[in-house]
Amino acid sequence: MDFLNALADPAIPFLRLALFSGLLASIAFGIIGTYVVARRITYIAGAISHCVLGGIGAGLFLQNAMGITWFGPLTGAIVAALAAAIIIGLVSLRANQREDTAIGALWSIGMAIGLLFIAKTPGYLEPMSYLFGNILLISEADLWLVLVLDALVVGTATLFYHQFLAVCFDEEYARLRGIRTDIFYLLLLCLTALTVVLLVRVVGIVMVIALLTLPAAVAGNFARSLGQMMVLATVCSMVFISSGLAVSYSHDLPSGPTIIVLSGLVYLGVIAWKRFARTTA
Amino acid sequence: MTASEPVITIRGLDFAYNGSPILEDVNLDIAPLDSLCIVGPNGGGKTTLLKLILGLLRPGRGEIRVLGEKPEAARLRVGYVPQHAHYDPLFPVTVLDVVLMGRLDRLAIGPYAARDREAARAALAEMGLADQERRLFAEISGGQRQRALIARALAASGELLILDEPTANIDAVSEEHLFEMLHKLNERLTIMLVTHDVGFASKFFKSIACVNRQVIIHPTSELTGELIRNMYGGDIRMIRHDHRCAKEGHCTHGLS
Repeated sequence: MDFLNALADPAIPFLRLALFSGLLASIAFGIIGTYVVARRITYIAGAISHCVLGGIGAGLFLQNAMGITWFGPLTGAIVAALAAAIIIGLVSLRANQREDTAIGALWSIGMAIGLLFIAKTPGYLEPMSYLFGNILLISEADLWLVLVLDALVVGTATLFYHQFLAVCFDEEYARLRGIRTDIFYLLLLCLTALTVVLLVRVVGIVMVIALLTLPAAVAGNFARSLGQMMVLATVCSMVFISSGLAVSYSHDLPSGPTIIVLSGLVYLGVIAWKRFARTTA
Repeated sequence: MTASEPVITIRGLDFAYNGSPILEDVNLDIAPLDSLCIVGPNGGGKTTLLKLILGLLRPGRGEIRVLGEKPEAARLRVGYVPQHAHYDPLFPVTVLDVVLMGRLDRLAIGPYAARDREAARAALAEMGLADQERRLFAEISGGQRQRALIARALAASGELLILDEPTANIDAVSEEHLFEMLHKLNERLTIMLVTHDVGFASKFFKSIACVNRQVIIHPTSELTGELIRNMYGGDIRMIRHDHRCAKEGHCTHGLS
C-alpha cells in the first residue's frame, strides 16, 4: 500500500512517470523480445546494448567537453545502437562464418570506447547508472521516445506480421518465396537497437538481455503463435516492471536489479513447473 | 514453356567452395513429370546442387535454367521442402501458419487473403492433415511435420517439387505413406528428391542422379550394386529398408 500511496503523492511525480513509462515501454519490450527469442539473436541484443555505452560516452564528451549541446547521451545512444545493429546485420548477412567473433569484438569495443570518453569528460561522472540503469531517472523526453518507439514497433509488427514470422521461423524458405529477408532482418535489428536504448534507461546496459528475453521466454511456454507470445510477453514485462518498482520502493532497493531478479524467479518457476507437470503427466 | 521442354537444364556447371571443387562439369536435363532421386555420399554435392537449382548459390561456371528461366526468377514456381528436423521445437506457430508461408509471395502487408487460406487448407487436406491445422507445428509427429512442409510447398502451387532428405528422422510407416503421396503428386508435378538413402530409390523414381562431384543420371532400372559401388567409391555396406529380415539375415540390395 506504501507504493500505491507514493504513486498518488504529488511530491514525488517521478515515481508515476517511471511506472507509466515502464508500462508503456513494455509493449515494445514484449514485441521485440518475442522476435529476439524466436529468432535466437539474444547475443546480438547484448552486443548492441554494450555498444550503447560508446554512444552515451561520446554524447557526454561532446556535450560537456566540446560544448556541442545538441548531441547528448540519448542521441549518442541511439546512433551507437543503430550503427551496431547495422554492422552486426551486415556481418551476419555477408560473412558466413565468424559472426560470433565479430559480435564479441563489437560488444567490448563499444563498451571500451564509452569508458574512454567518460574518463576524458570533465566533471565527475558515474557510469554505474548507465550500467545498471535507474527507471526513476526517466524524464518526459524519454516518455516521448517510448511513445514513438511503441508506435513504430506495433505498426511494423502488425503490417508485416507474416513476413517477420517467416523470417524468424525459416529464413531460407522466406527468401525462396520472394521475401527480401535481408531487409526484414536489418529492420528487425534496428527496431531491436531502439528498444535496447529504452531498456538501458530502465534496467541498465548489463541487464538489458534479461528484461528483453525473460518475459518472452515465460510467454513462449504458453503461447500458440508469435502474436500470443507478444501479448503475453508484454503483460509479463508490465507485471515485472511494476512489481519490481513496488518492491524496490518499499524495501529501498535499486529498481533495475529488483526487476531482473523478479523476472528471473518467475522464469525459473515456470520452467520448474513445466518440468514438474511433464513428469507427473 | 511447352510440355516437352525440360524443367531443368544444366550445362557445363562448375561450383567450388573456398577454392575446393564441389561440382564439376555437370550436365543435366529433367523432363516434365519426371521423378528424379538424387543420391550420393555426404559431402558429394547433393545439397549444393539443390541450392544452385533454387538460386541460393551461383555457379562458378556454366548455366542453369529452371522452367526456362534463371533460377532466381523461377523460384516462385518451385515448391521447396527443406528438412523438417532443423526447426526450433519451441517455436510457437500453428500448422496452418506454416503452410500459409507458401503464399508469402502473394502477400503485400497485413493478413493473408481468403483465397490464400483456401489454398493452404486445400494443400493440408491433400496431405491428409485437414484436422491438424490448429495444432502447433512442434506438437505433431515427424511424419506429419514432413507432410505439412510438403503442403506448404503445394500451397505455393509450383510446377516442380524439390525435397531435401524427406525421409530423415521419420518412421518406416510414414516413409511408405510419404512415397504413396509423392507418387500421386507426380501425376501433375515434376519431383526431385535428395536422399542418402539409396534403398528405396528404385521403388518409386523414374530416374536417379548420382552426385559425387560429377552428376550421372541413370534410369532406375539400371540401379545395381555395381553402379552404387562405383558411385560411392568401393567399400560400402548397404542396409535394407523394407524392414523384413530374411532367414539368412540382412542381405544387401543387389550386392552379393
